[in-house]
Amino acid sequence: MITAGLDLGTQSVKAVILKDGEVISRSQAFSGFDPARAAEQTLDEALKKAKMTLNDLDHITATGSGMALATNSNSTISMMGADARAGVYLFPKARTIIDVGAEEARAVKCDEKGIMIEFVLNERCAAGAGTFIEAMARALEVKLEEMGPLSLKAERASPINASCVIFGESDVVTLIHRQESKPEIARAVFDAMADRISSMVHRLGVNPEVVLIGGVAKDVGFVASLKRKLGIDISIPEYPEFAGALGAALTAAGKVQRSKK
Amino acid sequence: MSERPQKEDIEYWRWQEYHRIFSDKKWKNKDLITAGVDVGSVGSKAAIMIDGEVYSWGIMRTGSNSPESAKKALDWAMEGTGLRLDDFKYIVGTGYGRVNVPMANKAITEIACHAKGANYIWGPSVRTVLDVGGQDIKAIRCDETGRVTSFLMNDKCAAGTGRGMEVFADLLKIPIEDIGSVSLSVDEEPPPVSCTCVAFAKTEAVGLLRKGWSKEKVLAAYTRAMAVRMGNLVNRVGLERELVITGGQSKNIGIVSRIETILGVKCLPTPNWRDKGLDPMVAGAIGAGLLAKALYEKERKR
Repeated sequence: MITAGLDLGTQSVKAVILKDGEVISRSQAFSGFDPARAAEQTLDEALKKAKMTLNDLDHITATGSGMALATNSNSTISMMGADARAGVYLFPKARTIIDVGAEEARAVKCDEKGIMIEFVLNERCAAGAGTFIEAMARALEVKLEEMGPLSLKAERASPINASCVIFGESDVVTLIHRQESKPEIARAVFDAMADRISSMVHRLGVNPEVVLIGGVAKDVGFVASLKRKLGIDISIPEYPEFAGALGAALTAAGKVQRSKK
Repeated sequence: MSERPQKEDIEYWRWQEYHRIFSDKKWKNKDLITAGVDVGSVGSKAAIMIDGEVYSWGIMRTGSNSPESAKKALDWAMEGTGLRLDDFKYIVGTGYGRVNVPMANKAITEIACHAKGANYIWGPSVRTVLDVGGQDIKAIRCDETGRVTSFLMNDKCAAGTGRGMEVFADLLKIPIEDIGSVSLSVDEEPPPVSCTCVAFAKTEAVGLLRKGWSKEKVLAAYTRAMAVRMGNLVNRVGLERELVITGGQSKNIGIVSRIETILGVKCLPTPNWRDKGLDPMVAGAIGAGLLAKALYEKERKR
């Protein structure tokens, strides 16, 4: 059985192809101004890597904020549902899944089957998502991927207004004028974000094992801050940005199995 | 009214810094001279009061150094008055940077100062003050003497604040002082945007413009959404007439008229500050100057 999962995120589109429970191909592209087209191209790319065509797929499930735009999918699954599915597939003991993407963040509580029980969202505010790190990296004149390693050099964090990207930017500029250390400013950015995410998780209750997915999970600075705030270890998969698409592909496989019965 | 020279290159977000003296009033040594210095996150305002009446003020952008901004604003209010720092009997600092006003005898929250200042500007009928400042929005209830009875403020979020509007001015390349009238120049009011986050607006607005929306329509949709937020805050604190708006956004006609529509009440009209009226942006500094007088008199009685 071969299925595909498409995750139409606010910043990038991800595709995962699953064959008999194993991921055989992944592909990613920027959403741009035409996410539907980006989704088609990403799926084509993933199929090419797997040496397959659209006809080989038994089912395609879409997820992500732009899932309604997907033209080639057979079904959709909520982002929280996809998170839960993928989290438990990757780490069978996972009960709390934290997904931090470019423009959204959420925490999902799930059972041992990967079924979502409850969730908390941070939406419509850039301060709790990847955009925050991007904006602060720009203000600091540091490359996005350098932010994490830079922050790990700091012993303490500078004081910044962390609840709003717009105010955070002005604070960073002020701190630079005062010649505060860049690592300390970078650490402040991650501590602030981790604070928001951790308070979101606490509203659900911190049930181990805690899994972190989404593009921001690749940032070592954020991971270090979040571990400090939550005070427990966090599991991170090898390809955290593809977890949503993986959850969708798993959902697709479930649908095929059920229809065969 | 004197103006500061503006830079050559266009900075759409930059608003007018200015100072004013009511020169028909003269001060004498025996007068009770006080000052209020309101160091906001975006603007620093200083008002000089003679026997509890406004004499002069200065408004300028807050720099990265709060004590320096406080000093500059007060210096500007003093410019051309012949007053010296020694002449002040009492100075109250207020605003976001109030603990950093070095010449102040006391610091008082801007909530108390705005209520007091609004009472002075508009009179005793004011019961609800919506203060829209550079980084926060406060809905304040007060009694006929300008004393605060309750208040609510938003979390630190740029949506609807002066700083947020500056970002829009830059983004859409519309001078900040025209933002309000431009937002009202649409034939039909578009629905408010669902997401008010100013950081996201930077990308979303570009998307809307690409879809063929005019600048005016984009601005109208955002201004509407911001006004809805402010209206909700006023409703939560409980609207009682008369309603007035203070802070820099009191000059944004796009915000003011939409709040009136949303709440179904007219605000007391903003004084003609360009001519002889009192600028509602200075309400906090005026209130601080009035509280300075009251505190001085109280201390002398002891």
